[in-house]
Amino acid sequence: MSEWVLIAGMAFLTFLPRYIPFALAGKIHLSPLLIRALHNVPIAVLSAIVSQTTFMRGGELSIVLDNHHLIAASVAFLVALLTRHMFLTITLGMLTFAIAEWLTRFPNV
Amino acid sequence: MVSNRLNFLIGIRDTIPLLVAAAPFGIVYGALAISHGLSEWLTLSMSLFVFAGSAQFIAVTLLASSAIFPVILTTVFIVNLRHMLYAATFMPHVAKLPQLLRIPMAFWLTDETFAVASNQALREPDAEGFVWYYLGSAIAMYSNWILCTWLGLTLGQQIPDVTNWGLEVAMIVAFIGIVVPLLKHRAQWACAATAVVSSILTFHWPHQIGLLFSSVAAIGVGLMMEHKAVEKET
Repeated sequence: MSEWVLIAGMAFLTFLPRYIPFALAGKIHLSPLLIRALHNVPIAVLSAIVSQTTFMRGGELSIVLDNHHLIAASVAFLVALLTRHMFLTITLGMLTFAIAEWLTRFPNV
Repeated sequence: MVSNRLNFLIGIRDTIPLLVAAAPFGIVYGALAISHGLSEWLTLSMSLFVFAGSAQFIAVTLLASSAIFPVILTTVFIVNLRHMLYAATFMPHVAKLPQLLRIPMAFWLTDETFAVASNQALREPDAEGFVWYYLGSAIAMYSNWILCTWLGLTLGQQIPDVTNWGLEVAMIVAFIGIVVPLLKHRAQWACAATAVVSSILTFHWPHQIGLLFSSVAAIGVGLMMEHKAVEKET
């Protein structure tokens, strides 16, 4: 039963930060500086999440060929840089990961 | 002028690559929750009522390590703070909308819908067209997330090993696909580089505070670099 309390709390604390700016829109004005800062938000937050999940494997910094997440991320980065195409980036990144995993599990094939 | 229906469908179409990337993420969440002993209804309800991928992951992981509720809730709140910055970006576009419409729009705000809708906001100044586009993207993400949670909890009961398949790689490459096209000037590159280095250095800080710290530091570095560039021009 107590887990339902947790879900209610999580639902509230997730909705609040999403809703407050929407609720205030039209009532307050944002400074140009704040608007410029907001443009960098997705770059900053998503880069930080990607960096942690890619480089920190099993709680430690892992810059080795055995880190398949790092290999896939590097390929995705290059594809994104050269083509700026989201779907191609995702597909080739995931394919790279699948191939690396497959080669490790079945090295003699 | 493009019709509302068409805008809604274009919103879905532009979100398709992100649906593909979110699918394994949802499956892993469902499988992980079940393997940590959450009931099926609890696992599904979290996706239905909370609808926040990273926060759900963290909550399930913390529950398994028997963290107390205040710690879980504080962590969830901090991880979700980035949505406040996303929502603030859309303020000019929702300023004239009725409050009743802003509630579902806020509930459905995710990294993915932010990414496609903020691009659309630059192309489509018409507020009504933007709303339909946003709703198309958001509803597609929501249905996909619930379906994949259900798939994951079903799979997790049959293949407990699925959580070790490394499926979170889908999230990594999707976020790279979102961020890299945004990197146009030196200031933006500096912002991304700061986030990458800082989040590694602060990884061991408790409750993912390092993630928040790194984001704020990166935004600051980006602003400083832009300021310098503007000064040089004038």
